[in-house]
Amino acid sequence: MQNRAGWLMAGPAFLLIAAFLIIPFFMAIGFSFTNQRLVSPNPTEWVGTANYERLFGIAVLTLEAERDEDGTVRTKDGEPVFPSLRSYTRNKDDHPEYYRKREWFSFGRGEDRRTFVLATDVVFLKAVRNTLFFVAVVAPLQATAALGLAMLINRKVRGINIFRTVYFMPVVISMVVVSMLWRFIYDGQNGLLNTVLDLLTFGWFEPVDWLGRTSTALPSIMAMSIWQGVGFHMIIWLSGLQTIPASLYEAARIEGASRWQTFRYVTWPGLRNTAILVMIIITMQAFTLYPQIAVMTGGGPLDSTQSIVFQMVERGYGKQDISGGSTISVFLFLFVLSISLLQRWLTREK
Amino acid sequence: MTLERKTRLIGLYLFLGFIACIFVLPILFMVMSSFKPDLQLLSDSSSLRAFLPVGDLGVDNYRDAFSRAPVGLFIFNSVFITATTLVLSLFLASIAAFSFVFIEWRGKTVVLAIIIATYILPFETVAVPLLLLVNNLPWLTAEGVTWGWLNSYQVQIVPWIIRALEIFLFVQYFRDLPRDLVESARVEGASWFQVYRRVVMPLSGPVIATVAILKFLEMYNNQFIWPIMVVQEEGLRPIMVGLLYFFQLNTAWGEIMAYLTIITVPVLAFYLVLQRAFIASIASTGVKG
Repeated sequence: MQNRAGWLMAGPAFLLIAAFLIIPFFMAIGFSFTNQRLVSPNPTEWVGTANYERLFGIAVLTLEAERDEDGTVRTKDGEPVFPSLRSYTRNKDDHPEYYRKREWFSFGRGEDRRTFVLATDVVFLKAVRNTLFFVAVVAPLQATAALGLAMLINRKVRGINIFRTVYFMPVVISMVVVSMLWRFIYDGQNGLLNTVLDLLTFGWFEPVDWLGRTSTALPSIMAMSIWQGVGFHMIIWLSGLQTIPASLYEAARIEGASRWQTFRYVTWPGLRNTAILVMIIITMQAFTLYPQIAVMTGGGPLDSTQSIVFQMVERGYGKQDISGGSTISVFLFLFVLSISLLQRWLTREK
Repeated sequence: MTLERKTRLIGLYLFLGFIACIFVLPILFMVMSSFKPDLQLLSDSSSLRAFLPVGDLGVDNYRDAFSRAPVGLFIFNSVFITATTLVLSLFLASIAAFSFVFIEWRGKTVVLAIIIATYILPFETVAVPLLLLVNNLPWLTAEGVTWGWLNSYQVQIVPWIIRALEIFLFVQYFRDLPRDLVESARVEGASWFQVYRRVVMPLSGPVIATVAILKFLEMYNNQFIWPIMVVQEEGLRPIMVGLLYFFQLNTAWGEIMAYLTIITVPVLAFYLVLQRAFIASIASTGVKG
């Protein structure tokens, strides 16, 4: 009787989770070893690790600069001239390891040598790099800013709740809406940000097309993401701060501790678990970077804002390449999993 | 109050106010611009007039937005999808949590552990295979069984009903309820479902509010990537995807701001009225173990 009632009540929820999360997850792993497409006249085939090899295929090629007959390095516009990469990447017989790869980046080694890093899927690798860069900047900055705000509003002065309410406001606004709004703010011609910077610097500031330049596009998206999300983590910090007993602060005051000492020896130790939690949540959110890219830049300019999830959707949905999209999903999951394991390890019982 | 204390307090308020401006001004700009003609909107944006209700104000942008896209339909779709998911989620998550906490049955620790483990599976990692899966699922209609869920309401509702966090929040809350209440109701002959409905749920106001708010934000605000993938039919799309209508060659910013205001103001109003509950629900996602 107990057994039947228990299964009946928990069953529907478990079935839904199994059907729409657990099964698709294992399907993703399976598809990543096939050439599955959404609809295809041909039967699906097992392709082994080909999808992974395509995503991560990298080769390094060091070339000598071309020389004239007298042995001097041939130059063009002051730069040494190197043999065409196409002679390597289009030549399957002589150079199978470079075949169909494209230049990802290169760096010079001395006067006459240059090392080229070639990859089968340059766009994907750029997406991985951008996502890692996004996470590495946003996670610590947003966590620190949120802690600052939490400490700022964790005091008993009149009207402080109004400020808490205001700081939290962007959190309840959709990231899609925020992204669209900030497209105008970042606009190069009529953008508000340029206006405000112009006013603050009394006209010294040169207008910038924030989303149109490779150097500023991703940082602009980072700043906006922090603006939207910082209130969320402020609240989590705040509930951590409020668990620290007031008597500890009282003791620190009597001992004559400075502000920094109070933070270092009272506040921070009391926040250790909150800190790890905040970092984990931000990191997991940052890894799934998507709406900002879809609404604001579409991955451009020059792939400078491509993200892992954006590439996943481009392939899985855009090109209906289920296996390619699934391979990226598996890769994304391994990223997220390693972050969770790191959390386990950091919060383990000592 | 000493003079020094007073100046420090004023300094504090100035600083708090400065930061508040960073959060408020973009939102204020959105709302103000939605009432301005495009030309004025663009010229105002080069001065502080951008944040003020000045000049030639009117609701033309709203009218134009409604005529450019089926805005009413988008709002209906979002509200319908959100409300249905919300109700089903509250029911199925709470009754499952009830079973996990109060009933002894074989295998429950394993099942609960599996559910909790899915917390680290972001939806994004299953979206692509799920696209293939829902394309091959059956659905019962008046005319019989149809295959494939693409372009439907159910494809936007059913996969979203339950998440591990919702079950977990209910489980945590139920564990703190006094067990005697449940046991004495059982002794008096109440069925498990009666205990759930008459004893436990009436005591669960706070956790219901928490889960409802989190689910509301997820469904109303964040339904973007999935409907783009599975719904091409415009009549079934939710509001966030409806925004794609306004990506035209000559971007009409006034209309966009009107559309953004329409879909944002109800949420902001909800938040301002229920802010304690909103903030408590976000804080509760932080007590995860």
